[in-house]
Amino acid sequence: MARAVKTRTKLTFTIIGWTIGFLIFFPILWTFLTSFKSEGTAIATPPQFLFFDWTLENYHEVQSRSDYGKHVMNSIVISVGSTLLGLLLAIPAAWAMAFSPTKRTKDILMWMLSTKMMPAVGVLVPLYLIFRDWGLLDTRIGLVAVLTMINLPIIVWMLYTYFKEIPGEILEAARMDGASLAKEIVYVLTPMAVPGIASTMLLNIILAWNEAFWTLNLTAANAAPLTAFIASYSSPEGLFWAKLSAASTMAIAPILVMGWFSQKQLVRGLTFGAVK
Amino acid sequence: MATLQTRATARLMMSPAVILLFLWMIVPLAMTLYFSFLRYNLLMPGTEEYIGVVNYQYFLTDPAFFTALGNTLMLVGGTLLITVIGGILLALVLDQPFFGQGIVRLLVIAPFFVMPTVSALVWKNMLMHPVNGLFAWIARTFGFQPIDWFAQLPLFSIILIVAWQWLPFATLILLTALQSLDGEQIEAAEMDGAGVFSRFYYLVLPHLSRAITVVILIQTIFLLSVFAEILVTTNGGPGIQTTNITYLIYMQALLQFDVGGASAGGIVAVVLANIVAFFLIRLIGKNLER
Repeated sequence: MARAVKTRTKLTFTIIGWTIGFLIFFPILWTFLTSFKSEGTAIATPPQFLFFDWTLENYHEVQSRSDYGKHVMNSIVISVGSTLLGLLLAIPAAWAMAFSPTKRTKDILMWMLSTKMMPAVGVLVPLYLIFRDWGLLDTRIGLVAVLTMINLPIIVWMLYTYFKEIPGEILEAARMDGASLAKEIVYVLTPMAVPGIASTMLLNIILAWNEAFWTLNLTAANAAPLTAFIASYSSPEGLFWAKLSAASTMAIAPILVMGWFSQKQLVRGLTFGAVK
Repeated sequence: MATLQTRATARLMMSPAVILLFLWMIVPLAMTLYFSFLRYNLLMPGTEEYIGVVNYQYFLTDPAFFTALGNTLMLVGGTLLITVIGGILLALVLDQPFFGQGIVRLLVIAPFFVMPTVSALVWKNMLMHPVNGLFAWIARTFGFQPIDWFAQLPLFSIILIVAWQWLPFATLILLTALQSLDGEQIEAAEMDGAGVFSRFYYLVLPHLSRAITVVILIQTIFLLSVFAEILVTTNGGPGIQTTNITYLIYMQALLQFDVGGASAGGIVAVVLANIVAFFLIRLIGKNLER
């Protein structure tokens, strides 16, 4: 009896859960489906859901746009570059804070967090002028620098919470066994820190890939990543839904997959360890 | 002795990140503050002069400022309302055991990884288009007059898009918090005859309160600077109906080249964000001590 009730509840929740999941995911699914339609089918009424002539034409056309490859490269260079640079700066800092904390460590962490609270628009004007005067407007280097600084607090915080979980006793044990500091770092700490570093990296590539304030304001044609490329489809004369869908699908697919893999770390990263 | 050495090393390891971040924060902010007291327009080079608080007077008495402030509050408030309530409900559903739970979870968090320009354009064109959009088709199928979303309800349309992007965030955090709830407590309450609603109100909701606070504060920080969604859908219009503070300052800076005015606006935005940040920092700081 109780079991029957349980199964029925489970079935009910299966229906509710899948319905909600489908509805929330629908815009992405719809974009995916539309990317395989011809432009005519894309705007057809009633909408064609599955039974239309599937075509890869849009993907060919988007990719044959002379500038497409450049925007993809820009996105990759900017997101990976800023993440690596950020890690280079953050690993030593987080390491020091986690393993030899002082009275001021907490204050420094909080201060770093507070820089993240500064609205981008508050420094838009000076940054734009600095970029203009230094010839950094519309360059990859400029964007890498800005995105590094924007995400640095998150990187430090995430790494700090990961490093903090490495038990100090292990270090003591290694020291007792006569390991030098260098050996301690290479053989004991690094293997334990790698998973944390990897998930920090993943989350930050995602954040940098999707960043859409500085990438839109500081680039024009040369350094524009995919966020700006997609934005160019917003002009009324450029409303080709099927091509917009194909370009969008290619822009979000790799990040969506990465995001699914990093979903557990997401909460920790975005709440600065406040919710685990 | 060893500690002294370690401490010096630690300081050395921290300094690049700290120094760069300090410069990144203080230099542009100081420049914004400085510009905000100048008459400074890029279209009129050489006419820069100190004019005191005139820029602030103009910015803060401009009717557009109040409209933009109102829009910002509506955008933040509306999105929070949808995402927090929706997030709680979704988290409660996802917390129940059912078939394919893991896959549904992936479907639900997916919108968070979609870049803002994509989600805005997909929603605006393929879903909300008054003639060919899917919503229009659904409305006509049921015999209703299709809504011309961006003409009739421009701000609400943007709220919907932004809410869709942030619902996964709220859901995921609330779900994480929900999963740390003690199952025995719920069972005990059930045995004592507490109904579904009283269990939710007296047990679940208090347990979630901290996670809800975190969701509200973090989302507010990001929602205050919504930009790309507005840029690619409405350009702040019709009129200034969808212009928020961020977009207003952007227009002043990069479309009207009014460096002084935009800087004054920037400082106002920083002050507004700081009010929120103050509470967030205290909350997280408290958590760090535990």
